[in-house]
Amino acid sequence: MSNALGLAKPRAPRRPAARRSNFELYSWLFMRISGMALVVLVLGHLFIMNILDGGVHRINFGFVAGRWASPFWQMWDLSMLWLAQIHGGNGLRTVINDYARKDATRFWLKILLYVSMVLIISLGTFVIFTFDPNITD
Amino acid sequence: MASTTATEREGTSRGGGTLYRGDLGMWSWVAHRITGVLTFFFLFAHVIDTALVRVSPQTYDSVIEVYKNPVVNLMEIGLVGAVLFHALNGIRIMLVDFWEKGPRFQRAMLWTTLAIWVVVMVPGAYFMIERTLSDLFGGK
Repeated sequence: MSNALGLAKPRAPRRPAARRSNFELYSWLFMRISGMALVVLVLGHLFIMNILDGGVHRINFGFVAGRWASPFWQMWDLSMLWLAQIHGGNGLRTVINDYARKDATRFWLKILLYVSMVLIISLGTFVIFTFDPNITD
Repeated sequence: MASTTATEREGTSRGGGTLYRGDLGMWSWVAHRITGVLTFFFLFAHVIDTALVRVSPQTYDSVIEVYKNPVVNLMEIGLVGAVLFHALNGIRIMLVDFWEKGPRFQRAMLWTTLAIWVVVMVPGAYFMIERTLSDLFGGK
């Protein structure tokens, strides 16, 4: 594709500046940086929710209310939500790019992906910030 | 090499090029993809079920009960296993990419990854299934 730019005269003293964007480089880097954060955030989340102190059997509305009373866990969950969605969405983007054969398929799968990412990030963020422990009152 | 996609793809996706045939590294790459996609789909459902706390405590509690079902409990162990592999292998990928000796030890690091996975998953799965087993077979 746009590789032709750089390959045309590889030994020319001054090659034309590549006009490609560095998006894929940043995406590659983001996967590693967010991955490091997610290792702590997600494994911590799984350990607390599934293993510690009775695991999933102790989870109910009251349990969530107790956790989200603390800004620390709100921020934990918020960062986990955003990072996991963007990290996972970017991963799926790569998978779609790899396996979709037709341009139209690739286009629509990515639209679906981006819509779902925006939906889930917005919904999750909304819920964390507007959670009301006394919702039934 | 172990993690990127662009070069691996050359000559494979269109037309009859040879398949990318690595050995162990290829399978860790395949497993990384599968566990990643799986986790992403779960996340979609999980954010929605958690959002039910905005509906009512009863709605949330009744949906969370699903997670306590024995069959779903087994699937949770599968999910934890998938996420744990993805995390450990992700660390391995970062070491391959950023640590000067990473590429040389990538194979050893894969075995290490799998060893840590087993060591964590055996007690992890036990604690996750304990309550389900005692409810099912405990005989009260």
